[in-house]
Amino acid sequence: MNAAIPLSWSLALSAVLFVIGVVGVLVRRNALVIFMSIELMLNAANLAFVAFAREMHSLDGQIFVFFVMTVAAAEVAVGLAIIVNLFRLRETVFVDEVNLLKG
Amino acid sequence: MIPLFALFGSVLIASALLVILHKNPVTSALFLVLAFCSLAGIYVMLGAEFVGMVQVIVYAGAIMVLFLFVIMYLNLGRDVESGLPTQLRRGLGWVMGAVLLGEGVALMARRVVPGPVPSAAPMVQGNTQAIGVALYTRYLFPFEITSMLLLVAMIGVIVIGKGRAAPASPPPDDAPAPRLSGGAR
Repeated sequence: MNAAIPLSWSLALSAVLFVIGVVGVLVRRNALVIFMSIELMLNAANLAFVAFAREMHSLDGQIFVFFVMTVAAAEVAVGLAIIVNLFRLRETVFVDEVNLLKG
Repeated sequence: MIPLFALFGSVLIASALLVILHKNPVTSALFLVLAFCSLAGIYVMLGAEFVGMVQVIVYAGAIMVLFLFVIMYLNLGRDVESGLPTQLRRGLGWVMGAVLLGEGVALMARRVVPGPVPSAAPMVQGNTQAIGVALYTRYLFPFEITSMLLLVAMIGVIVIGKGRAAPASPPPDDAPAPRLSGGAR
């Protein structure tokens, strides 16, 4: 652990990752890719948590990463189930073509 | 340490960009796996070994398998062969395999004489134990709530996934439609 990584680098990486996720959500129309972009954003938050936990010499940040991962897993499971249902109903996963609340 | 961070970081950003830029969702998912793995490397460098391992197991293992399963279940990766010409890709695959084999052979040929085997005692302990203690003492209640969250998600997915009997399509294989709504309530 010589030559420690500066906090700002990790935070910059996290910010870039988050922006990529945001752009993915905004640009792509495939619901699955939108979900992947949401995962990227969650991971960016995790990276910020870990970086701050190291900076503060505390373990709490890493524990929050644990919780975030749990939430992400639950979110992915529910979201993919919704997408599968959507595909059964409308034969598409492109969010532009989904404009009804009640199929 | 810093060049390693730069390497992992650039791989992370490049693969994240490819996730959102690539046309084929299967390729996007595979680049997402690469992004998660390099992020796990960064976690390890930041002193969070446990988080790095969990990242590989949960994200790259479980979540991405779920993604790929859904993509292939919905048959969305149709234009898989639209990238590099297939012949070129196949040739590249063989070349890479040959390189890997050559590396292995070279390593064997060097016949690295193992020095005194480092005893198992000075293994880096990591922070897994500390995280476990914190999870079961200070964060016990949120930890239990997490299990409730997973249970709710599981039940929700089952209820959503069962769906109603699709009216448009011919009767699906799970025929007993009336019992579905009764079971869901």
